[in-house]
Parts: sequence; structure tokens; C-alpha cells
Amino acid sequence: MKYDVNKTGYYGKFGGSYIPEMLYSNIEELNKNYLSIINTKSFNKNFNYLLKHYVGRPTPLYFAKRLSKKYGSKIYLKREDLCHTGAHKINNTVGQILLAKELKKSKIVAETGAGQHGVATATVCSLMGMDCIIYMGEVDISRQRPNVERMKILGAEVRSVTSGSKTLKDATNEAMRHWINNPNDTHYIIGSVVGPHPYPDMVARFQSVISEELLLQLKEVEGREYPDYILACVGGGSNAAGIYYHYLDNLKVNLVGIEAAGLGIESKKSAATTQLGKEGVLHGSKTLLMQDENGQVTEPYSISAGLDYPGIGPLHAHLYDSKRGQYLSVEDNDAMKAGIELSRLEGIIPAIETAHAFAVFDRLNIKDKVVVVNLSGRGDKDLETYIKWGKY
Amino acid sequence: MNRINKLFSEKKKNILSIYFTAGYPNINDTVEIIKTLDECGVDMIEVGMPFSDPIADGPTIQESSNRAIENGMNIKVLFKQLLNIRKITQIPIILMGYINPLYQYGYTNFIEKLIECGIDGVILPDLPLDDYLVSFKELFDKNNLSYISLVSPNTSAERISKIDKISNGFIYVVSSSSITGKKSIFSDNQVEYFNRINELKLINPTIIGFGISDKKSFQVACNYSNGAIIGTKFIQSISKSKLRESVKNYISSIR
Ligand SMILES: Cc1ncc(COP(=O)(O)O)c(C=O)c1O
Repeated sequence: MKYDVNKTGYYGKFGGSYIPEMLYSNIEELNKNYLSIINTKSFNKNFNYLLKHYVGRPTPLYFAKRLSKKYGSKIYLKREDLCHTGAHKINNTVGQILLAKELKKSKIVAETGAGQHGVATATVCSLMGMDCIIYMGEVDISRQRPNVERMKILGAEVRSVTSGSKTLKDATNEAMRHWINNPNDTHYIIGSVVGPHPYPDMVARFQSVISEELLLQLKEVEGREYPDYILACVGGGSNAAGIYYHYLDNLKVNLVGIEAAGLGIESKKSAATTQLGKEGVLHGSKTLLMQDENGQVTEPYSISAGLDYPGIGPLHAHLYDSKRGQYLSVEDNDAMKAGIELSRLEGIIPAIETAHAFAVFDRLNIKDKVVVVNLSGRGDKDLETYIKWGKY
Repeated sequence: MNRINKLFSEKKKNILSIYFTAGYPNINDTVEIIKTLDECGVDMIEVGMPFSDPIADGPTIQESSNRAIENGMNIKVLFKQLLNIRKITQIPIILMGYINPLYQYGYTNFIEKLIECGIDGVILPDLPLDDYLVSFKELFDKNNLSYISLVSPNTSAERISKIDKISNGFIYVVSSSSITGKKSIFSDNQVEYFNRINELKLINPTIIGFGISDKKSFQVACNYSNGAIIGTKFIQSISKSKLRESVKNYISSIR
């Protein structure tokens, strides 16, 4: 595959493994073992069993009739919101917890922004009887309260992070520090296609079940395996990577990633990494990164906790750089409006992250085209934000 | 032979190296701190280039880094401050920092400035060895600059010897599996690890760092290596208003 990671862990010029020596042996252990473990029959059997009977896969591909009519195209929704725990994040955590078991780890640490990855991690930890520590920024703890309580009910310890902008980036720093302090018994379940190699590839593989299902489902309803457009929101980029995966080399498919513009690209309150970022190194990989002229990482902003991150996964940096993918950004208000529109037209309240992907139909040439939007998560966790916004 | 090599050729034991964050507590304290440390008889100095997201550092160095950045410290400013440092002191000076600010500054520009200012070496904890070999090594060798790498309790013997071959100056032995600022307790496991490293008979001398806080832990560390590095505890002891005095007091508590 042309857009696959290469042997040294790079997607084009992005990726790699920029980590302090204290994590080297952990990353090396993963690197040496992840492919051989996830390619075994027994791993796949367990993984597929849990995806089917625990997560509830395959998720439906739903033809959104009223939305399609409004935009004059054929819009399908890949219903990751119907996964157990309410978002795609659990595809990855199921895979990683099985891997952690194979590596004989007894404890799990993770970061979370929206809390969806935290909940998905806490869930699989309780399923497997493993200790679970979740780092979450203080700001996110207050805007995603239902998820905080869910993690606690599930038995996880939620640790509040007060450094930096108190959001996803800072939670990731703390999770990495925790891993440095506990390298032997702990596996770090990263929540997106970010981090040092092999994390971006590993997470993309676990999420690739989304496009694997889509191939079959589209064939059934459209007579062909591929759509003209795939739309997905991009925080770190895991739901997007998962739904792009089997289409990366099929150039007939337009891949569109939607980032959070926050209060606007020019406002300095934004998280639109491809627009505002430059090449840089954060959290173990070389990627596009929002930063100042001195290489200090800028604090991002978005109304949605899951997109409030100053980087993107190296795969996306490469898709952007090579022009294989198109990346658009959507402001808070437009995302909220799109979330309400989806609620009103299709009876689905999306997560605010996901809502961003529903705000760009007007900007694309999708008339009469087959469009698939990855409905990455449901909006239950965001009710407070919807209520505060109030315009419904 | 640079100043680091010279130090280790003349002194085999009890080498005291001090780490501090450039630009903390005040933007213009860098040279003053170096001067004072030199006067106090410290053997070597690591000047931290602050980064917004230092993942190998605990709360103290996170805080000093943030304050330094707020104070306006960056690589450009630091090199300006260090431009005449060799007129003042011949103490070995190492710059330490995360890779992203260097990446933005430009590796070649960075190396040129190291040479211009008379800096002896660098510690770049999140730079992969392969990237060092591709982007730094040739110029480092040519200009007698030291590349100092970390090893940790989980670094394999094979990798330690690879690191030893590539490094020059000394090997930075991270005292335990931890970020900076966690007090070292020198458990049996740690002692076993220090002994294991000594048995490898490395080409380079070794210095133990992370968690060294006082006279006692400094001396214990020195029993197993050529010396030790103190960072967090030193930074905590600096007084913003009585800079020289606080630096002197702290160093005299160690020596
Ligand atoms: C529902 C949902 N969608 C998307 C994201 C963004 O993550 P990614 O870009 O990795 O899919 C999140 C993150 O928390 C999320 O909860």
C-alpha cells in the first residue's frame, strides 16, 4: 500500500519514534511484537468475537434520506455511534487490551479528551479485570462530566491534569509521564493515530474494521465497494484513519478530513492543525503541529474536547502533504448547527466532534455523488454543551 | 578534546554537574547562574532549553520551563546570552532540550551557534539515534562536540554498547525508571543496575542523574559512577531575589 507506514515507522516524512530512552524498551517491545501478535489466528478470533458480541459490530450503514435530499446527494452514515460506549474508540481499546494481555501487562494507562476513549478504555479494563488510570484535563473534566462519572462507575481512576491548557495535549503528556514511571507492568493505550511508531499504525489497523465493513455494505446497496466521498472529523485522526484505511489507494475516493476551527482560523482560538500547523515533533512523532516560531506548542481551542488537540496523526499529515486527502475546518457555531440539523433531519444527535463532519456538505461538489460520513459518536456526553449553546 | 573530555581526563570521581532551565527565574539570569556555579567549584553545567511539553520532566522542571518561556526565553535569546560566555568561564557547558524547538531553529544553524558560543555538547532526550547519525554526527565529530545519550534501567546491554559507541563525553545514567524530580532511594535494584553498567566497561565515563537531591544521594551516586547531575533540587533552591546567595548555599550543602 502506497500510503502505508514504511519499515522505519514513517508515512512519507512524518511519523517516527521521538521518545526519551526511558520509553525505548517499551516501544521496541511493541514494535517487535505488534504485527506478529495481531496477525495470529487466536488474536483475530478473540478480537472479532468481542467486536461482534461485545461492541455490537458490524455497525449499520444507514442511508440518510432527508439529509440526502437536502444536499442533493446520496449520503450514508457509518453508525459508529451505535458501538458499545457510543463511539468508534472502543474498536481500538478492545484490540489494545488483547495486545496488552499478550504482552503480560497488568495495568493500563490512557489519556482522554472527550472522555470517549477514557470510557472505552475503562470498559475493556473492567472486562479484562485490569487496573485502569485515565488522565484527563481539568477543562475536559468539567465539559464532559457524564463521561467522567461513567469511567468512575466502571472502576477507573480518573486523574485531573492541570498543566498547560488542561486539555487533551496535557493529558497525553501526563499519560506518557506515567508510563515512563511505570514501564514494566503498564501498557499505554493511546486513543488516536498519534504517538510514536508503532502506535499510529496499530491504532489505524484496529480501526480499519470500519472500512472493511464499509466495502461489503456499500457493495450491497450501491453495487460498488467504494463511495465518491468519505467524510470524517479529525482530532488525532483515528475514526478518519479507520474509515479511510481500505480506500487509501483507491484514488476514485475523495478523502475529506474535517478539523475544528474553533472560533475561527484567525482567532488564535482554533485547533485546525493542517491550516495552522508546521512540521514538528510532539508526543513521539514528527507531524504537523500548531506551534509558535520558537517551536513551543500552541494551546489549541475547540468547543469539542475530542478535537481540541494541536497536532494530527502522521498518516494524516502525509495525506495532507501529498494531497491525497483534503482537509477542511469548521467553526464551533457551524458544527453546533450541523449537529442540530442532523438531529432534526435524521433523529440522531451526534457527538460535537462528529458534528463537524456534517458541516461541510455545501463546500464540496457532492451533487448526485455517493457520500459516506463517519458518524463517529453519539451526543449524549455533549448534552451540557448543546444546552449551553441553546439554539435549538 | 573538548572541555568535557578534558574534565574527565583530569578528574575521575565526584564530578558535580548542575542542570538549570535557561530563563528561570528571570530571563537574564543564565550567565549569572553559570558564573556563580563556576565560582562554587561545580564541574560541569547543563543549560536546559525550555519546551512547552517536556514529557520526561516532573512538575518542577515543567514549571521552570513554563516560566522561562513566559519570560521570553528561546534558543535565539539563549545563544545571544551565551555568545561571550567563554570570556568568563571555561567550565564545560552542555545544552539540553527537547527536539522540536531545535527542529524549528534548524539543526545546522544550531550546530553553528554551539561552535560560535563555545558550547561543548548536547543532550537531546527525544532525538532518535538514527536521526543523530544522519543530521548531527558528521558536524559534531568535525567540531569536537559531545553527544551525550541517556540510558535507563530498561536499556538492554546491547543497546547500551551501541549508545556508548555513538556517544562522546559521557553516558547519562538515568537512576531509575522515572521522570525527573522523583527522589532516588537507591534500592537494591538500582544498585544492581549501576553495577551492571560498570561491568560493561564502557568507553565513556558515566554520570548518574534524575532524583539526586542532596549530599547523601550525591555521594551514593558517585560510588557507582564518575559523578552525578542535580537538576530539580537545584532549581527548587534558587531564589529569584537572592540569586547568587541561594546558588552558593545550595552548592555548599552538596560539597
Ligand atoms: C465521537 C468522537 N469522534 C471523534 C473523536 C476524535 O478522535 P479521532 O480523530 O482520533 O477520531 C473523538 C475523540 O474523543 C470522539 O469522541
